[in-house]
Formats: sequence, structure tokens, C-alpha cells
Amino acid sequence: MKPSLQRGDRIVLEREHFQNLLDALNKKGYQIIGPTLGEGSIIYGKLSCVSDLPIGWTDEQEGGMYHLKKRGDNALFGYTVGPHSWKNFLFPSVQQLLQAKREGKGFQVNRKREEIPKFAFLGARSCDIYAITIQDKVFIKGKFVDPHYASRRGDTFIVAVNCGKAGGTCFCVSMGTGPRADLGFDIAMTEVLKSDRHYFLVELGTERGAEIFQEIPYKNASEEERATANTVVENTAKHMGRYMNTDHIKDLLYRNYEHPRWNDVAERCLACANCTMVCPTCFCTTVEDTGDVPGGHAERWRKLDSCFNLDHSYIHGGSTRYSIRSRYRQWMIHKIATWIDQFGTTGCVGCGRCITWCPVAIDITEEARAIRKSEQAAE
Amino acid sequence: MINNIPEPMTPNVFRINKKYKETHDTFTIELEPTQGTDEFFFSPGQFNMLYVFGVGEAPISISGDPKNPKTLKHTIRVVGTVTKAMYRLKRGEVLGVRGPFGSHWPSENAVGKDVIIIAGGIGLAPLRPVVYQLISQREKYRKVVLLYGARTPEDILYTYDLEQWQRRFDIEIKITVDAAAENWRGDVGVVTTLIRKISFDPSHMIGMICGPEIMMRFTVAELQNCGVGKENIFLSMERNMRCGIGFCGHCQFGPVFVCKEGPVFNYECIENFFGTREI
Repeated sequence: MKPSLQRGDRIVLEREHFQNLLDALNKKGYQIIGPTLGEGSIIYGKLSCVSDLPIGWTDEQEGGMYHLKKRGDNALFGYTVGPHSWKNFLFPSVQQLLQAKREGKGFQVNRKREEIPKFAFLGARSCDIYAITIQDKVFIKGKFVDPHYASRRGDTFIVAVNCGKAGGTCFCVSMGTGPRADLGFDIAMTEVLKSDRHYFLVELGTERGAEIFQEIPYKNASEEERATANTVVENTAKHMGRYMNTDHIKDLLYRNYEHPRWNDVAERCLACANCTMVCPTCFCTTVEDTGDVPGGHAERWRKLDSCFNLDHSYIHGGSTRYSIRSRYRQWMIHKIATWIDQFGTTGCVGCGRCITWCPVAIDITEEARAIRKSEQAAE
Repeated sequence: MINNIPEPMTPNVFRINKKYKETHDTFTIELEPTQGTDEFFFSPGQFNMLYVFGVGEAPISISGDPKNPKTLKHTIRVVGTVTKAMYRLKRGEVLGVRGPFGSHWPSENAVGKDVIIIAGGIGLAPLRPVVYQLISQREKYRKVVLLYGARTPEDILYTYDLEQWQRRFDIEIKITVDAAAENWRGDVGVVTTLIRKISFDPSHMIGMICGPEIMMRFTVAELQNCGVGKENIFLSMERNMRCGIGFCGHCQFGPVFVCKEGPVFNYECIENFFGTREI
């Protein structure tokens, strides 16, 4: 009989027992979602066994660039974040909200009953866990609760993986959101690869996280194993691909709504909305009402939208944000300034996706730096 | 689990009891709930999301009397697909209603003060409930003035109410139009010109403004010229809205959501970005 594990305990899971973790989650009824190879990148999908993970793969990321390549070892988590984020599952890009049918002169509204699996997110990075907590504020912590988000989010089991590698566009250290997971997880793992050993240092974040290990072989972590895992994450923190000075960033941007840099970035920005699609916190949606031709059936759909779309701000007479300058400005000032007033935190977690997936490599850290520098130069 | 949490995007079904034309491009509908309670309570300045079956939804301010919760009134200008479909609806047909949403005019702050209401065009619709409210408790306020600017005499809304209010001695009404034919005997000019024609105590007043943004910008400036403090100026903003409850992101106006913190804002809270173009 093993002594019972508790929240806060640190244990070691050997690589050969990793499958047991997946089995234990499956047994508890979780649908496991995690990183897997697809669409030429590392995306999130259903996992049933360890070999579904991108074993031995890594990614190279830079502004407007993403490449997969082989690592030369058998790391399970030797890459950073890809184009997907967990919002694909908690906040799907297309959702039916309602159906209605005509009855006499009136109509009857029915809610779509949706079977939502109990998700386990395996391999959630710290930045992305922060992103989930940010979307929680939007959808479940305010005056209104979004039942669709709430029901998907409800029982989600989160297996965090502390990053063992920083991506070329990562800046979680600047945003205070990583690379070590410090909140919102049930278990958090650090992958340690040595020439003769491959194991995971596991931190138990919740009671149910501890429970999962009841049927998984583990041993208590030694001082040395803890120290080694710490070194892995500390090393990642030292190699961030990007940096953003967030000192008084809200005031900086509030002062600079008319900065010439917005014209400069508008020359480059295609208003393609890629950045908002890959951003793990962007939540703008449009609501579409549809009706069938005979007029008896109607539906309401919610679809991911973007502040880069011209009709996002349309009111009779025209769009409020007509120029690309104003749309990029809206996005960036929202992300790192007005979001703070709205939700008490920035909307940026430093995951770098918007930089990697921008077809013209616009870099939010660079844009913020340019504005800050010009102010410093003027002083 | 999903079925335990209320769906805030579900409209309630209301029946159209009356529908009448106000001007050449505006009409009013009077609605009554078809299920549950027969009353609809709101505060002046709030809005509803109105849904036409199979067509779409639009945010429309509530323009009836808050003291008469049995009749929900909306005045609608026919400008887009949804409002056109609303115009085609007949008495006895139904609309979906979600709401009321948003902030309200600060009549509680106006007690013991002059109240200057300044409306442009259909901006009178969200202000009419507050006029009803002020009149019903007239003794609580000092001067009550309504300044109203319309494009032409044919665009003047609620002429029946305006005439009735004009007959009262305890409320001052001034109307101006941008352009008129020779038979118009009233004022011609923008609504801001009326501000100089009335007297009020700038240090003990509340200004409530609703109209096109450009009109509100000049009105705020004129009130400030008269010595009115920005903390006493309130205005109602309009932005694209897809949900009304802070989820869709469309109504962001600088740091605020018009659907949640607005539509009625204290000028002091938005002055830093109110004048910013394309914000």
C-alpha cells in the first residue's frame, strides 16, 4: 500500500510509465486532448496512446515562420505551442446556440442539447493555462455566464507541461505567465531527458491530480531530481525569443492613440485576422441568425470573428474602424492595455502565436518597443 | 450540465400589440410578453436586443414609459436588414426580446438640479423614457429642458408627445431643424445653437445627450463652454453589438463595452478617448 499522495507533492513518473497516465485518465472518463502532428505543425487532437504525441519532433518559430524538425532524441514535449490553443475546445470557432421553430404566429426556442465530453488537456503550457484563466474572466466570471463555455470548461482536467525549450517568438517571461506552470493545473510535469534516463518530475496541483496517480507507478522525487527539473525550466526562461517591457504599458499605449507607428504598421498589416484566430485569448464572435426557406425553422450560430474585419465595427452609415491603422490599433491596445481595465489582466500571455502566424511577421513586442522608444527619444 | 445554466442568448417571445409610423423612416412597436409575466421593467436609457425570427437581431433602445411596464415600446429606424424585417411585421406577430441591458440615465443624480436633455434625430427615442420619468416626479427637479434637433420638420419624432409637453409650464421644449421649407416657423440650425437660448445653472445641472456622435461632440463642447463640469454630462453611445452581454467584443469603445458599462456614460469616464477618431 502506497502512502496517499497529496496536493503539492512532487513525484517522479518514468517515461515507460507515461502510458499509465493516459490510461488512468481514460479510465476516469476523460477525453484526452493533446499535441499531435497534423497540418504540417503540432496541433491539438484526441490522444489515446503515447505514440500519438509528436515524439522526437520539435518546431522552429520566427516571425511569419514555423517549421517542424526532428530533435534527435525521443522527447515527448520537445516543442512549444503551435497554431491551436485550448480555445479550440473550450470555445469552438463555430457553435450553434439555439434553434427555433415557428408555431402559429409565434415561435418556440429550443436550446441545442450538446453532449460535451469531459476533457483532459495533456501538455498545456503555462502561457496557455493563463489564457484559459483569462477567457474564464470573460465568459464565466462576469455578470453573465456563457453556458457553452462554462459547460466545456467545467470539469477540464489539466496536465501542464513546463516548457523545456523556448520558442523563437515566446515571451511568457515578460508577461509573467511562464514558463513554469504556477496555477490552474491538476498536475504539472517537467520532462527530463538524460543519456541514460527519461522521466517526468510531476507536481500535484489538486486532489484529483493526486488521485490519478493511485494506479500509476511513481516514486517520490529526490532533491536531485527536483533540482534537475528546476534547471530545465530556468534554462527555458533564459532563452525567450522575444521580450516586451510591460512597465506601465497601459499608460504608454493610452498616451499614444495617435502615434505615427500605427500608420507604419498599417502599411504592413493585411488585416487577415490570423493573429486573432491563433491568439488563445481573443474572444470576439459574431452571432448569425439563419432561417430556412419555408420560414418554419431558424437557428442562431456563434462564430469566431475578428476586430480586423471591416464589418466588426459596422453601424448604419459605415464602420467605426474603417482604416487598417485603426483596426490594428484596436487589437493591440485591447490586447495589452484596455484589457487591463476590462478584466484586470492583460489579454496577452506571451505565447508568440500572433508573431509566428502573421504572414508578414508583424511583431507585437516590436510594435510596443517602437512606441516606447520614440517616447524615450523625445524625452 | 449545459442545460442547467440559463442561456442568455435566448430571446423571449413578445407579441406586437400596436405598430405605427412615426416619420417617413421610423416606426414604433408596442410589445407584450407571450409567456410568464406580463410586465417588463427597465430603467430609462437601457436597450433590448430585438430578434426577428430567422432574420437576425439588433440592439434597440427602449422608448416607452418606465412607469408603464405592461407596454414595452421601441422606436425603430429602418436602416438595415433586421430593421426592415421588423418594419414588415404586423400587429399580432411576434418578436424575440432579450434585455433590458446596459446602464441608465442618472435621474437619481439629477434630484434638486436643472436637467437639460439634448437629443439629435432618433436620439430622442432613448431619452423619451427619462422625460416621462422626470415629468412623473416633476417636483424633485428644478428646471427641465428638452432641446431637440432633427434634420427636417418631417423627421421630428413623437410630435404628439412634444406638443403635449410644450403645453406644460414646467418643462421647456426647444426644437430646431437643419433644413426646412418656408412654412416652418421654428428654429433652423444645429441643436447646439439652442443651448445659448436657454438659461440654466451650470453648476447645478445634469446634461443628458443622445444623438449622432458628431452632434454629441459639439454638444459636450458647448455645455463645457457654458461652464458645465464634465462630471455632470451624460451621453448615450452606439456601437455594433452582436450579443448585448459582453461576450462578442464588437461594442468595445476604448476600454469600455458599450453594452455593459454603457450605453449611457458619464462624460468624465470616456473623455480621454471620446474624441479619438476610429476608436
